[in-house]
Amino acid sequence: MSISVATLPTLTQAPYWYLTRSTGITAFVLLTLAMGLGIAATQRTLASPSWPRFATQNLHRNVSLLGLAFLGVHIVTTLVDGYVTITNWSVLVPFLSEYRRLWVALGTIAFDLTLLVIVTSLIRSRMKAQVWRWVHYSVYALWPLTFLHFIKSGTDAAHGRFGLWVALVGAGLVGAAVAVRVTAGEDDRQAAVLAP
Amino acid sequence: MRLRVNPIDCTAHGLCAELLPEWISLDEWGYPVLDDQPLPAQLVKNAKRAAAACPTLAMKLLRDEG
Repeated sequence: MSISVATLPTLTQAPYWYLTRSTGITAFVLLTLAMGLGIAATQRTLASPSWPRFATQNLHRNVSLLGLAFLGVHIVTTLVDGYVTITNWSVLVPFLSEYRRLWVALGTIAFDLTLLVIVTSLIRSRMKAQVWRWVHYSVYALWPLTFLHFIKSGTDAAHGRFGLWVALVGAGLVGAAVAVRVTAGEDDRQAAVLAP
Repeated sequence: MRLRVNPIDCTAHGLCAELLPEWISLDEWGYPVLDDQPLPAQLVKNAKRAAAACPTLAMKLLRDEG
C-alpha cells in the first residue's frame, strides 16, 4: 500500500522540494487571508470601537507582506530544487517552464500581479487614488490564477490530498467575501447617514 | 505641517478620525472636522498615518509655506 511513500525522498535528501511545497501552501493561505481582510476593510459595518477600520487595514497590509515573503521563498526554492526543469526567467516571464508550462505560467502571472499590487500600495500616497484602486482590483484576477496554480502545478492538491481541501476552503472564504462585497457595496455609507 | 482635507475627494470613511482623534473629529454625517492650525510636532507621525490610510487620499499633510 505504501510502496510509493517508501521511495519518497526524506527532508534531508530533498530540503528544497519540501520547502517549496510548504511555503507555497503557506503563501496561498496567507494571501487568501489577505484578500479576505482587504474585502473586510471595505465594510464599515464590520468595524467597532474595539476593532476600528484601520486595524483591519493594517492587518491586511501585514498579512499581505508576510505572504509575499513566503511567496519569495517558494519561488527561490522552486528554482534551486532543480528536480523539474523550470528556467530562471519563468520567475517573471510566463510560459517558459518546461514543467507543466500552463500551470506554472499561471503562478508566474500571479506573482507579477502580486508585485504590481504590493509596489503600488507601498507608494500609494504618491499616486492618484483612482489609479491605485484599479491596479488593486487586479487581485480579483490574481486570486483565481493562484488557486489554479495551486491545484494543478504541484502534487499536494492532486487526487484529493489535503492541499485540495486547503484550496477549497480558501475558495469558499474568498467566494463568501466577494459575495458580501458585491451585495453590500464598497462602503455602506447610507447606514452611517441613517444611524442615530 | 498642516493637515488639509479635499472636501470633494472625501467620502466620509472616517479612518482619519480613528487614527488621529486628538486633531480630527467627525460631523454628524461622518465627514472630518479639523483645525487649520499648524500641527503640534508630536502629532505629525500619526497625521502621516491618518493621511496614508484615507481610502480616497483626500487628506494631505502640507508643509507650512515660507
